[in-house]
Amino acid sequence: MKLRVEGVAVDCLMLRLFDDINEAHMPWLIAAAQRLRALFADALIDLVPSYTTLMLHYDVLRIDGAQARTLINDALRDLQPADENSGRSHALPVWYDPQVGPELSRLARRSGLSVSQVIALHSAHAYRVFALGFAPGFAYMGLVDPQLAAPRLDTPRPRVPQGSVALAERQTATYPQVSPGGWNVVGRTPVALFDRALDGYSLLQPGDRVHFAPVERAEFLRLGGDDTALEALA
Amino acid sequence: MSRASVEQSTPLVQLQDGGRFGVRHLGVTQGGAADWLSMRWANWLLGNDLNAAVVEITFGGFALLIEHDSCLALTGADLTATLDNEPQRPWRSFSVRAGQRLHFNTPRQGIRAYLAAPGGFDCSPTLGSASTVSREGLGGLQGDGNALVRGDTLRWTAPTQAPRQLPEKYIPALSLEQPLDLMLGAQLGEFSGQALFDLFNAEWRLDSRADRMGIRLRGPTLGYQGAGLISEGIPLGAVQVPPDGQPIVLLNDRQTIGGYPRVGALTPLALARLAQAQPGDSVRFKPVVQHVAEREYVQLLKRLSTPA
Repeated sequence: MKLRVEGVAVDCLMLRLFDDINEAHMPWLIAAAQRLRALFADALIDLVPSYTTLMLHYDVLRIDGAQARTLINDALRDLQPADENSGRSHALPVWYDPQVGPELSRLARRSGLSVSQVIALHSAHAYRVFALGFAPGFAYMGLVDPQLAAPRLDTPRPRVPQGSVALAERQTATYPQVSPGGWNVVGRTPVALFDRALDGYSLLQPGDRVHFAPVERAEFLRLGGDDTALEALA
Repeated sequence: MSRASVEQSTPLVQLQDGGRFGVRHLGVTQGGAADWLSMRWANWLLGNDLNAAVVEITFGGFALLIEHDSCLALTGADLTATLDNEPQRPWRSFSVRAGQRLHFNTPRQGIRAYLAAPGGFDCSPTLGSASTVSREGLGGLQGDGNALVRGDTLRWTAPTQAPRQLPEKYIPALSLEQPLDLMLGAQLGEFSGQALFDLFNAEWRLDSRADRMGIRLRGPTLGYQGAGLISEGIPLGAVQVPPDGQPIVLLNDRQTIGGYPRVGALTPLALARLAQAQPGDSVRFKPVVQHVAEREYVQLLKRLSTPA
């Protein structure tokens, strides 16, 4: 880890900690974010973590840029990575089916696997949540098996239904609410991912691990899932 | 309790406040008044919390029927507002009486007007803010992300106090004649030399593709020579350059992280001015470094927190 601190706006500093996407960075990013939140305290307006960076938005009426840089140095001195098991683990039930996951066949065709092999491969791994972004509660997870890596759709869909489970390159995600999107949709989860009633609002948080558990249509419906075909909702 | 009912509205008339904070790590956008400075002066005129909920009226097409005698404040764009048939200039507070109609018509100068009421408009804040973000279904009168619509009722509960007058010299200049301050940073060093020259010497024309997420600019193509980026946090006012080389200034409802290279970010004052520009207008940029921009921003914030 080699730290670079850059001013990116009048009241924002970008901390660059790594140069590549790697699960091994997560315990460091989580530990750094915790220390920074504690040290900045009330002067912190927002801390936006991503794969390799932490962006700090602070209150210029409480601290100036020089003080913020000092706090960053203090926060990161002798930093130890967070416990490997500090994030939560989730098992998200997913109904993998062409009706709600029209790109299952595309991924099968690209990889030379059968649809059931694609499902088995996608659900075999516990993915790490790298970052939240794009929409409230939208968790970028990875890394997906290289055999399933596929580019985004040429033309994004104007409406991807809530709960859609999708892949792009070596990342996977679930859509917390209906939104435009260009990822390859392979299934749907009935679980609410972003809900004002949830503690912390978002079910998934950076550093969490997510395992997709295939379920049959009946179980998906029993859990409250909506089996309306994607095309009908798009 | 005072009330006013909405008789006419558009999707661009929304409750806004200072923004939604402390939740951006969850992918929740910042939101808030696009011209934050005019919003704060509107609240200042009534002695409100400076970030209290106001109505952001973009372009006009908004009409209110006042149901109780009260006092309101108006700042930002001149949208040729009328109270009954009496013209109402912005940057002042004014008395309203039950039965009067407040109309916002078409822009004369600027595009976003801010209407404040004593104590702020009532609403149930979602994730700590009244800011309306339709694509996230957050904020607004009912907390569901909807803009104001005909039939809605605006309520405010604070008593009308002696409104303030804003000294002429504090009224922000909305004109675009002076260049906008752009704080250098991010991936600036990986753009071509020609791009850096063009960035600060060309006239940039506002594209019609402009909303609360961002404003596209048209001008010379800015060539980026660096590697592809891994998505990272995006500050308010960031100037990002997608592969077509045409910059986009990112506003309040931008996505929280993104992977396009950036040349820097507009200062808060520059952003407030840009938020009042309309498609077809031209802007220029002037480089500024962080500590200078910070000093000016702090001065501006302190002026707002001092009674006249």
